[in-house]
Amino acid sequence: MADKVLMKGNEAIAEAAIMAGCNFYFGYPITPQTEVAAYMAKRMPKIGGTFLQAESEVAAINMCIGVASTGKRVMTSSSSPGVSLKAEGISYMAGCDLPALIVNVQRGGPGLGGIQPSQSDYFQAVKGGGHGDYHLFVVAPASVQEMVSLTAHAFNVAEKYRVPAMLLADGTLGQMMEPVVLDNITVEEHDKSWALTGTKMEREHNVINSLSMLPEELEQWNIDRFKRYEAMEEQEPMWEEYEMEDAEVCVVAFGISSRVSKNAIMAARAKGLKVGMIRPITLWPFPKKVLRAAADKVKAFVTVEMNMGQMFEDVELATRCLKPVLKCNRTGGCIPTPEHVLSVIEDAFNVGGEQ
Amino acid sequence: MGEVVFKKPHSLTDNQFHYCPGCTHGIIHRLVAEVLDELQIEGRTIGVASVGCSVFTYNYFKCDMVQAAHGRAPAVATGVKRSDPNNIVFTYQGDGDLASIGTAETVHSATRNENITIIFVNNAIYGMTGGQMAPTSLPGQVTQTSPYGRDVKTVGYPVRICEMLSELEGPTYLERVTVDNVKHVNAAKKAIKKAFQYQMEGKGFSLIEVVSTCPTNWGMTPEKSLEWLQENMLPYYPLGVYKDKYAEKEDK
Repeated sequence: MADKVLMKGNEAIAEAAIMAGCNFYFGYPITPQTEVAAYMAKRMPKIGGTFLQAESEVAAINMCIGVASTGKRVMTSSSSPGVSLKAEGISYMAGCDLPALIVNVQRGGPGLGGIQPSQSDYFQAVKGGGHGDYHLFVVAPASVQEMVSLTAHAFNVAEKYRVPAMLLADGTLGQMMEPVVLDNITVEEHDKSWALTGTKMEREHNVINSLSMLPEELEQWNIDRFKRYEAMEEQEPMWEEYEMEDAEVCVVAFGISSRVSKNAIMAARAKGLKVGMIRPITLWPFPKKVLRAAADKVKAFVTVEMNMGQMFEDVELATRCLKPVLKCNRTGGCIPTPEHVLSVIEDAFNVGGEQ
Repeated sequence: MGEVVFKKPHSLTDNQFHYCPGCTHGIIHRLVAEVLDELQIEGRTIGVASVGCSVFTYNYFKCDMVQAAHGRAPAVATGVKRSDPNNIVFTYQGDGDLASIGTAETVHSATRNENITIIFVNNAIYGMTGGQMAPTSLPGQVTQTSPYGRDVKTVGYPVRICEMLSELEGPTYLERVTVDNVKHVNAAKKAIKKAFQYQMEGKGFSLIEVVSTCPTNWGMTPEKSLEWLQENMLPYYPLGVYKDKYAEKEDK
């Protein structure tokens, strides 16, 4: 077992990526994720890898497309406005069936927004962001330790299904320091016969492409891709259940909001309120089944998010609106307090009681 | 049995070009393919297609190919090259792709002296979308989006890419050629070959600008297009070597 080390979230992501076999990083400075690039700039030359500061976010994601086309692990990172710039390239990656990892250490928006932490790119991450029918594999760590394990996991899943993956963190997680253990990183081997490695005059040429002028062909490509998405929805959802055995109200929160929510749940339990939490770890695929099952047991749900209520919609969908879903939101860079969450939990008992 | 004196380069597939009659893309494709054959690098070459008329180049070259978003080919090529420097990497881009939407990628791959080769086809118009004004359309040139002629007072002047990039410290080799006659075709091939050779020798960034025609969207016969190129394009886009870091050594 490796020793515990104290690391900043952004640096933990970078080191975990390198340990997961990612030798290529392309990025562009933006607060609050710049430590990822700075760490890569220091480490990559030492391990024979490539760090390149691109001329733009747009160029960075396209450099990732170049490396991903050759079948190697590659990563870029940014924060909200920069991820919007990458959206075109992410859509191309999805259309070209290229695995890669995109890290979004979110800050407040829209527009230039602010530099304080936020979770307001949920829709962008799970509903698209770029054009066309596609999904990303989206993971949402809630601790620096999870930033390590989910970074490595995201690379494996991306390669398994040939989809781009996104690690959706926020400025708090990126900037905070926690003790982590850098182990349990496995690098899975997946088929790379599609990669551009040069024909060596031994095979037909490989082509990485998302263009088809034939509607029926393009439709079929999308149908085939959605079969892989279906398999992902079956096999890849991850979530954590906390104090759910006897829960009458279920908090749903991801990332840093779940840490605040845990404090609120402990305070509620101390008052005798039976509250638990389901924390989605994968935001796509969303852990629909466990939420649907919970809807048969609890009186109400409370979604805690640092946005105006985005995951809220997926909770209503997953639970088929069988029970009331109350929102607890802060946005613009503000973080909800445990007291705020507790007050909405208490509201949920009242609302749920009237059902 | 007669002797074979002329055949299709091995590096070209059997697919039929989709280009319009009289378009010079076919000549330029052939020149690139002949160079890949002669340098025996088809098996380790990875081409990057762009967006525009040359979007389907992945159907025509027998080497591995990736299709890039509009203007982003040099960034994609950067990734491919950095992944394995033994790869020979080229992009094939038109004027809208390279000199308008992709200007930043063009300039920065050049200033990094990225060890790639760019084939830049400049025909002063957007061909694929049906003949709109390009960054390289000439002053007064009539296009679908400059129906009264390009008015430099409101939309500015055409971009001379080779001249602009030649001011940078980074790039290794910049040459402007054309393919309007046999002599020029031979010179164009020589330039393309030198660009790939430089890359093989690790010498860095090369861009070969090929001044070309678009008979369909210029609204001219192929023959008339070549005359228009000679009378209008070449005075604004003079042929020649704009930068060659290794020229002196070669001359000796």
